[in-house]
Amino acid sequence: MAMTGVLRPGHAQIRVLDLEESVRWYTDVMGLVPMGRDGQGRAYFKTRNERDHNSVVLRQADEAGIDFFAFKVLDQATLEDFDRKLQAYGVKTERIPAGELLETGERVRFQIPTGHSIELYAHKTDVGNGKGYNDPDVDVLDGPGIRPIRMDHCLLYGADIEGSLKLFTEVLGFTLVERVKLEDGKTDLAIWITCSAKAHDIAFVRHAEDGKLHHVSFQMPSWESVLRAADIMSVNRVSIDIGPTRHGITQGTTIYFFDPSGNRLETFCGGYDHYPDMHPITWSWEEVGRGIFYHDRKLNDAFLSVVT
Amino acid sequence: MQKFTIRIENTGEHYACTDKRSVLESMEALGKKGIPVGCRQGGCGVCKVQVLEGQYLRRVMSRAHVSAEEEQDGCVLSCRIYPASDLRVSVVGAMKKNVCRPLAPPPNPQPMNQPS
Repeated sequence: MAMTGVLRPGHAQIRVLDLEESVRWYTDVMGLVPMGRDGQGRAYFKTRNERDHNSVVLRQADEAGIDFFAFKVLDQATLEDFDRKLQAYGVKTERIPAGELLETGERVRFQIPTGHSIELYAHKTDVGNGKGYNDPDVDVLDGPGIRPIRMDHCLLYGADIEGSLKLFTEVLGFTLVERVKLEDGKTDLAIWITCSAKAHDIAFVRHAEDGKLHHVSFQMPSWESVLRAADIMSVNRVSIDIGPTRHGITQGTTIYFFDPSGNRLETFCGGYDHYPDMHPITWSWEEVGRGIFYHDRKLNDAFLSVVT
Repeated sequence: MQKFTIRIENTGEHYACTDKRSVLESMEALGKKGIPVGCRQGGCGVCKVQVLEGQYLRRVMSRAHVSAEEEQDGCVLSCRIYPASDLRVSVVGAMKKNVCRPLAPPPNPQPMNQPS
C-alpha cells in the first residue's frame, strides 16, 4: 500500500526502575535529546534526527517493560477510520485526549491479542531536526553518545501471535515480511511485519507470558556506526546481550543490549526494502539460529527467555 | 576497594568479587558459571539467588521478579547486589521464580544504596 494509512512507529513508553539514572543514560550513552518532562514525571526524548517532538518516553515504575508502543497515521480522518475499523473487528478502543503525552494529539489505544497496548495517533508537534526545511545541511551525527537516526521498531513477546498478525494485517494494513516456523513446520514461532517498505516495523515472538518486551530498536546509519556504538557501550559498561553481529532475518546488522532497568534495546543498520507484492520469507526451525544470529548460527540463551 | 569470596552452593563454584562489582558481573568477568545471566540490570529476573550467608548492598530490582518480602529475606537478583562480606548464594533463577523460600536464616539486609 502507498504510505497513506499507518506511517511508522511513533513512540514507545518504557518503564524504568530509577528515572534519574535512566535519564542520564538515555542522554549520555544513547545520545538522545531530552525533550522535557510532564506533570506525571515522565521524561521525553527524541533522536537528534527525528522531527517530531518525542519518540521515547520513560516512566518510573517498580517493574521494567513497555507500557505502550504507538504508530503515527497520516491524518485525523485516517485515525477516525482506523478506530471504526478496529471496533468493527471487535477490538475495544480507548481515546486518550490530546496533550496527555507532551506535544502529542489524541491517541486511539487498544490491546492486541499478545497483550500489548498499541496506540495510533495523527499529530505530534514537528519541532524539526535543527537543520530547517530550507537549504539544510547534512546532520553528521557527531558528538557524544550513540546517536541513532530514529526509533525504528520493536519486538514483542506474547502467546497469540496469530491473533496479533491477523489484526495488524487485516485491520491496520501491515504486510508479513518474514516468519520462523516451529518444529512442526506449521506453527509460527515468530513474525516480522511492516506498515511501510521496511523489513520490519514491529515483530512478535511466541511466548508463554503476554505483554512482554524483547527490544526497542534504533536505526544507525552504517555498520561502522554500529561498531562505534559497541565501543561506546564498553566505555560506559553497558550490559551487552549479543553483538555486534548480523541477523539472517531482515539481514540487518545489530547489537542487543540493555538499558539500566534491563529493557533490551537494539542498535541496527541495514535490512532490505519490502513491498506488499513480495513473497514473505520463511525460516525453518532447524535454521532458526542462523536466522536470528547470522554469524554465531545459534540462538543464545537469552533470546527466548530474557524479556521485561 | 575490598575483595570478598562468593560461593555458589549449587555447584560449589567460588570466585572473588570486589565491593564495586555485582555478584553476577564478577562471576561473568572471571569466566565462572553457575548463575544464569540475563539483562544484568535488575529487570528480567533470570539471575535470582537466595543469599544464605553474608552481607551485601543492593540496588533497585524489578518487583515483577522479587517481592519486597523476598528482598528482605535475601532472595534477590545477583546483578543488583554488591558484597560487603563473603557470600554464600543458592541459585533460584527464572525457572524457579515465585517458589523462592528462605533456605536459611535471612541475612541482615543492608539499606538500599548505590555502591560508592
